[in-house]
Amino acid sequence: MIPEMGQFALALAWALALVQAVLGLAGAARGSVGAMAAARRAALAQCAALVLAYACLTAAFLRIDFSVLLVAANSSTRTPWFYRLTGVWGNHEGSMLLWALSLSLWQAAVAGFSRSLTAAFRARVLGVLGTVSVGFLAFLILTSNPFERLVPMPGEGRDLNPLLQDPGMIIHPPLLYMGYVGMAVAFAFAIAALLSGRMDAAWARWSRPWTLTAWVFLTLGILVGSAWAYYELGWGGWWFWDPVENASLMPWLVGTALLHSLIVTEKRGAFRSWTVLLAIGAFSLSLLGTFLVRSGVITSVHAFATDPTRGVFILGLLALTVGVSLLLFAWRAPRLSGGGVFAPVSREGSLLVNNVLMAAAAGAVLLGTVYPLILDALQGAKISVGPPYFETVFVPLMAPAVVLMALAPFLRWKRDALARVLRRVGPELVGALLLAALGVWAAGHATPGAYLGLALTAWVALASLRLLVERLRQGAAPGLAARLRGIPGSWWGMWLSHLGVGVFILGVTLVGALEQRLDVKMMPGQAAELAGYRFVLRGVSEVPGPNYTAQRGEVEVWREGQMRTVLVPEKRAYFRSAMPMTESAIDWGVFRDVYVSLGDPTGDGGWVVLLFYKPFISWIWFGAILIALGGVAAALDRRYRRLARRRDSVPVPEVLPEPVAEAAR
Amino acid sequence: MKLKYLIPFLIFVTLVALFAYAFRLDPREVPSPLVGKPASAFALPRVDAPGTLAGPADLRGQPWLLNVWATWCVACREEHAMLVRLAREEGVPIVGLNYKEIRGDAELDASRLSPQEEREAALLRARTWLAQHGDPYRFSVLDLDGRVAIDYGVYGVPETFLIDAEGVIRYKHVGPIDERAWREVLQPKWAALVGGKR
Repeated sequence: MIPEMGQFALALAWALALVQAVLGLAGAARGSVGAMAAARRAALAQCAALVLAYACLTAAFLRIDFSVLLVAANSSTRTPWFYRLTGVWGNHEGSMLLWALSLSLWQAAVAGFSRSLTAAFRARVLGVLGTVSVGFLAFLILTSNPFERLVPMPGEGRDLNPLLQDPGMIIHPPLLYMGYVGMAVAFAFAIAALLSGRMDAAWARWSRPWTLTAWVFLTLGILVGSAWAYYELGWGGWWFWDPVENASLMPWLVGTALLHSLIVTEKRGAFRSWTVLLAIGAFSLSLLGTFLVRSGVITSVHAFATDPTRGVFILGLLALTVGVSLLLFAWRAPRLSGGGVFAPVSREGSLLVNNVLMAAAAGAVLLGTVYPLILDALQGAKISVGPPYFETVFVPLMAPAVVLMALAPFLRWKRDALARVLRRVGPELVGALLLAALGVWAAGHATPGAYLGLALTAWVALASLRLLVERLRQGAAPGLAARLRGIPGSWWGMWLSHLGVGVFILGVTLVGALEQRLDVKMMPGQAAELAGYRFVLRGVSEVPGPNYTAQRGEVEVWREGQMRTVLVPEKRAYFRSAMPMTESAIDWGVFRDVYVSLGDPTGDGGWVVLLFYKPFISWIWFGAILIALGGVAAALDRRYRRLARRRDSVPVPEVLPEPVAEAAR
Repeated sequence: MKLKYLIPFLIFVTLVALFAYAFRLDPREVPSPLVGKPASAFALPRVDAPGTLAGPADLRGQPWLLNVWATWCVACREEHAMLVRLAREEGVPIVGLNYKEIRGDAELDASRLSPQEEREAALLRARTWLAQHGDPYRFSVLDLDGRVAIDYGVYGVPETFLIDAEGVIRYKHVGPIDERAWREVLQPKWAALVGGKR
């Protein structure tokens, strides 16, 4: 009964989404208060229906109901309960249900927490979101029914893909989906602005906290995915430029550009069509990511040709959504032009350049991801676009973006003089170049890449420090504490995120330059040395797990004559898939990770052991966490909440008067 | 002036057109150049007895089906019951060519396996699968790296080749064999082969 209930809830959610879309858009167009209120209630009801559907599927997994095809294909009687819980989204149908659920949660959030919006505007936003929901739920119901029954019911299931049986996989997809789908809100705001022709400072201020929240989720989702790849795949890498990763990076890059564009729209009324285009772009790339990952084209374009229903459906949905949005843009955006004029050397100018660089980087990633697919489909030629391509195009685009990122907060709005700015941050610039030279000399690794990375890090760090000092000096309030408190959340957000980028680059640079790796054959009792550490293999023993048997190695890690820890890497054979999986063991540290994973047995009682010394790899994660924290700080800025308390009738000035530099406030 | 706002749309339309064109090319509509040619010989380890090599030579003198399959292939799962029925009820001799059991599985990363590990994992997976779902094959062989499949111009899985008593490929079916595909397409051809022989 439970699966049928879930199926029913799913159909109900679709109908409610349709009601929401029609009443929201039509109600706003005709100014019908009743219709608009009904659209809001439909959004809440749709969310409730999807929560119920999701709960039903979860119940089927927890009760090990093999009469449901999805459960039989993705769990077994021996799968531990928490991996049955995550097995719900460890497959196509379930993850699409999670996608739809995230979308409905965002809609409910818009319906519940948007008092500051005018009723018509909120109805439009909900109408657009409802339309997206209608398309997605139709996809789910027609091509990917998660509740399909399996007759006859098998006695045992196929178990969840062992790669996904990992704690990182418990939180990665929900975070990533909240981020992906959250871009739909920014998109809906942009479409609503096009429909209403209203796009002013107030619009940007409404839109920004939503975009920030989605972007924080996306950042964290990518971070967890990367960390998972690092410790689970067992070869010590943290980013592989594979299409699935690229699919999440593209909306992040465009989303980052969007956040910055929104600042200019809010403060100066400029960049409006740019902002709308970026909002459409960020969501389109989220959809494209879903298409790439879900249609099977990545595995093989032929998978798509032999079973095209799903792929064609998502591709159609994508074409329709983006095509209609861009047509609407072509039609309505000309009215949005205007806004403050600015000189090339100005804060607007620097943000514009940065946005172009971000968008270009996203474009380059898109090209590298899609090109092999198209070539394969056209000629059957298998080519692989790998890390060398991405690194060659990505670094030259991002390096100037990072230089500008740290410089932009020192620039004045409208017009500035390069000479003045250079006088202000000249010492930091020179200091960064010198520090980087010192750094590569000290590390004994003088390559252009290492120098560039260190110089960028030093520049970001010094400039951030200078920015904070200047800000604190300018405060009118007496006392340091009061001045610190006086700084608004969005300033802290900018500061933290930018600093996070510096920390991230430091991690990437140092781990790339200084990491060491040794693949060594070891007999029990034998030792190997790497980077000043001594590794002793105590032995390898067989250990039973719930749904696998593991070969567990015990490796002592010694440094300077003292045993620091014992690492236990495993090689697991999962019963159902018969596929050996590597579980690496890591001694985490702030300044270095020591990473051990088991290779193959050599047949004579020995094992190939992979040893890694990874300096500063944690800084990659710290940097990403700082970037996300910055997003949280900015989203919590007081002025968004103050706005929330303001009544709709209070007119908001089209462009906030913002004389001279914001830093001078 | 206003035209510049259309640029994003035009770029997008071009992209979609390119995508649509690329994916419209359906391999099913590509006639196999191998039809009418002798089925190329191979000798690969049997799934049930990897020590024994088997190939088309074992079926000379009778028409048979060569079915390309893998446990990771969803469409193979769909057609499997049909194959079991054909083998049991209609006595059709079917030979299985297990295609890239490990390397083809997108969920797995074969590069981390030694050849010996790959072979063992493939055998275990294939056997478990056949034990669970029924074994319609006279015998099934392992094509771990897909080289034999290249000789047959295999485009994707599942594919099924109709081979006559002289060992000549008569027809190639792309995609799963369902009840309808069998009744309307394959069965008449099969009947002609069997009848022609008698």
